[in-house]
Amino acid sequence: MRGRALAATLIFAAFAAVPPLAYWANDPYLIVIASRIVAFAIAALALDLILGYGGMVSFGHAAFVGIGAYSVAILGQAGITDLMLQLLAAIVAASAFALVTGAISLRTRGVYFIMITLAFAQMAYFFFVSLSAYGGDDGMTLSSRSTLFGSDMLRDDGIFFYVSLGLLGALFLIATRIVGSRFGRVLRGSRENALRMNAIGFSPFRYQLVAYVISGAMASVAGVVLANQTKFVSPAFMNWHVSGELIVMVVLGGVGNLIGAVFGAVVALVLQEFLGAFTDHWQLWFGLILVGVTLASRDGVGGLVRRLTGGKR
Amino acid sequence: MSLLVVDKLCKRYGALKVTDDLALSVEPGELHAIIGPNGAGKSTLIAQLSGEARCDSGSIRFDGEEISGLPMHRRVARGLSRSFQITSILPGFTVLENVATAVQAREGSSFSFLGRVADESALNDQAVTALGRVGLTDRAGTIAGSLSHGEKRQLELAIALATKPRLLLLDEPLAGTSGGEAERLVEVMRSLKGEVTTVLIEHDMDAVFRLADRVSVLVYGRIIATGSPDVVRADPQVRAAYLGEEA
Amino acid sequence: MTNLFLLQLLNGVQLGILLFLIAAGLTLVFGIMDFVNLAHGVIYMVGAYLLVSFARMTGGYWTGLALTLPTVLILGLALELLVFRHLYDRSHLDQVLATFGLVMVVTEAVQIIWGAAPLTAAMPEALSGSIPLIGPLRYPVFRLAIIAAGLLTGLGLWYIITRTRIGMRLRAGATHRGIVSALGVDIGKLFSLIFAFGAMLAGFAGALVAPILSVDPGMGESVLILAFVVIVIGGIGSIKGAFAGALLVGIVDTLGRSFGPIVLRAVLEPAAAGQAGRVLAPMLVYILMAMVLAVRPAGLFGAKA
Repeated sequence: MRGRALAATLIFAAFAAVPPLAYWANDPYLIVIASRIVAFAIAALALDLILGYGGMVSFGHAAFVGIGAYSVAILGQAGITDLMLQLLAAIVAASAFALVTGAISLRTRGVYFIMITLAFAQMAYFFFVSLSAYGGDDGMTLSSRSTLFGSDMLRDDGIFFYVSLGLLGALFLIATRIVGSRFGRVLRGSRENALRMNAIGFSPFRYQLVAYVISGAMASVAGVVLANQTKFVSPAFMNWHVSGELIVMVVLGGVGNLIGAVFGAVVALVLQEFLGAFTDHWQLWFGLILVGVTLASRDGVGGLVRRLTGGKR
Repeated sequence: MSLLVVDKLCKRYGALKVTDDLALSVEPGELHAIIGPNGAGKSTLIAQLSGEARCDSGSIRFDGEEISGLPMHRRVARGLSRSFQITSILPGFTVLENVATAVQAREGSSFSFLGRVADESALNDQAVTALGRVGLTDRAGTIAGSLSHGEKRQLELAIALATKPRLLLLDEPLAGTSGGEAERLVEVMRSLKGEVTTVLIEHDMDAVFRLADRVSVLVYGRIIATGSPDVVRADPQVRAAYLGEEA
Repeated sequence: MTNLFLLQLLNGVQLGILLFLIAAGLTLVFGIMDFVNLAHGVIYMVGAYLLVSFARMTGGYWTGLALTLPTVLILGLALELLVFRHLYDRSHLDQVLATFGLVMVVTEAVQIIWGAAPLTAAMPEALSGSIPLIGPLRYPVFRLAIIAAGLLTGLGLWYIITRTRIGMRLRAGATHRGIVSALGVDIGKLFSLIFAFGAMLAGFAGALVAPILSVDPGMGESVLILAFVVIVIGGIGSIKGAFAGALLVGIVDTLGRSFGPIVLRAVLEPAAAGQAGRVLAPMLVYILMAMVLAVRPAGLFGAKA
């Protein structure tokens, strides 16, 4: 536990050092990448909450990211540019979507759950593709970033980065509290042994559903950040590849330890940038690495990471 | 009034009647053992009583109320708790947390998101008490999955006790235990007598006849005899059907 | 109106048949091996690309098809040997990761080999016309041929599964996993066979659509997810379910897109109906899936979730 707190402190300190570093190196692109990593770290963190602690392999978390992104675009077009209001709208919309799709998906388990969450995300994808008022398939460019307390300070990449990092930090703390709470214990117990939880008087479904909703709401925050970072939204945000990459991030960092998900987002995106610098076909190499690492480690990528870092779980 | 009254209970799997017009009543405070040859339907009976399996027809009245339509977790809330024949614990949790989780199920809401549950003494104290009852206090900090088989059986019992049951359904608690382990578990069950009403399914006849106030004999899904251990042991029908002797 | 309906119904059946060819192999893999294979869609795509190349190389659709099928079969065997075989006893999560990685590899490799621009294959001469159905209504022969080919394949599968020894083992395995090994069947061989055969069916589907759809690197993905919907609706492991689910999804999707706005116009203003129709139509099959699941969590023909 202490090791994890240390790892979290180090990672957040490293994040915080990016803008000065970028200024010093005269490379503003670093801040852009770091903001993007923060956005995906939020989504991966959200996914780890249900995947790592609830045993729910959701292959549809990109949908929540997309819902968050479109909340920014739709409200922005209606003249509501306040970040707080946009966050609120994103969270409400994502929670509603999670509640409905989760209630159906959680009636099933295993392979079914994976496929159904994927299918619902695809449904959301098509929904936004058909919204021609918001650019349909092509998406739409945002005229500016959201405003914060009536000021347009988020136009500054540095300030925007720190606000995003603050959101990630807050959500990380909340998630840490949740997994250690009464609720978190029921969630973890249901993953360990659902029959046992039933036999002591819990009905896991309700807890899993609430966790799914919380996770969806958190992932929508990632969408709000991502839309602002790129000043662009498109259905591509909820492409199933994005859902897959989120799973990759969670597993890379070690399933079920929250800070690992943040770390996994860093590793995955830095690796993509790195490969992208050498070749246009980075997906080929990324995929090969993924297949290779999964096959090479007997107990999965998570096991390999665990062995390398010497951590438990 | 009897605590548990089962009447006309039936369940079939295809053509096989595993529970056939079964009647049973359990009095408050007694330890009621159910014995029977393999395949007699003992585990299916526990599954139906606990709510893990649905019965096809018949009634299960617990404390005067019909519970046969309730799911398992609602029956637990009413005080009907069970252990499993095949050990069922939370292997990644510590021993203490296994039991504290059961306490938590009974104590208040679990929709509490921010407090640190590991520090809740209200839950931990009761869990320690339950562990004390089964003699597992010194293993409280151990990860449950790494316990020995006998210790897991003890833990299973502590978890069931922590739900504060009014009726405890024990499904072969001695299954797979060695002599010493079994002896310890029998002692625990003996110490619970009079305090918690118990339905015990067990193959170990020695333990059954030492512990039980009453014994029911289940053969082919029916209770063919009920009575004190001595009476049942002497019953010619039981000897013929179960103990394999000619009457 | 009736004519248009008939036309769209045929289109729906044709889409359903394609989905069936893809879902058939996938549902067996899910059911028997409890294995999540995300890479099934890219095999369909590779089938289409191979057909394009082989048809150009040999100068004819039929020779192209004759070369495509064994090539995809070999590809399926190779993938099973190199990747899938090592994942059977892993967690679903590992299976998702490895097959997702494979999707990235194959998609990128296809773009390297064939480029990102859409390709098309020439239609076989003999099937390139259209025939009259009723009155002035005509329907392309090739699409009818796809339906016929799919139905024949379905019939063949039905025969194998209900009438042969290996089919009996498959059925036992799909509904009661673990039994197959208890029967003393060589599991490894059976699994390779199912995989390769499923891959060939998916490749076959790709080869069938190559002359009528644009062959591009994204074609595998939408189909894969629709195949998932089919399997969820039909019930994992059930060929019968895959067939029923595929036709249902194909018909609902096609009719929904063409008639959704028309039906909505009865209750809404034309403009609103058009908008609502465009939004709702692509979501219809997912709503259908949700409804089936709400009533039968294990799907129409599934044993148990």
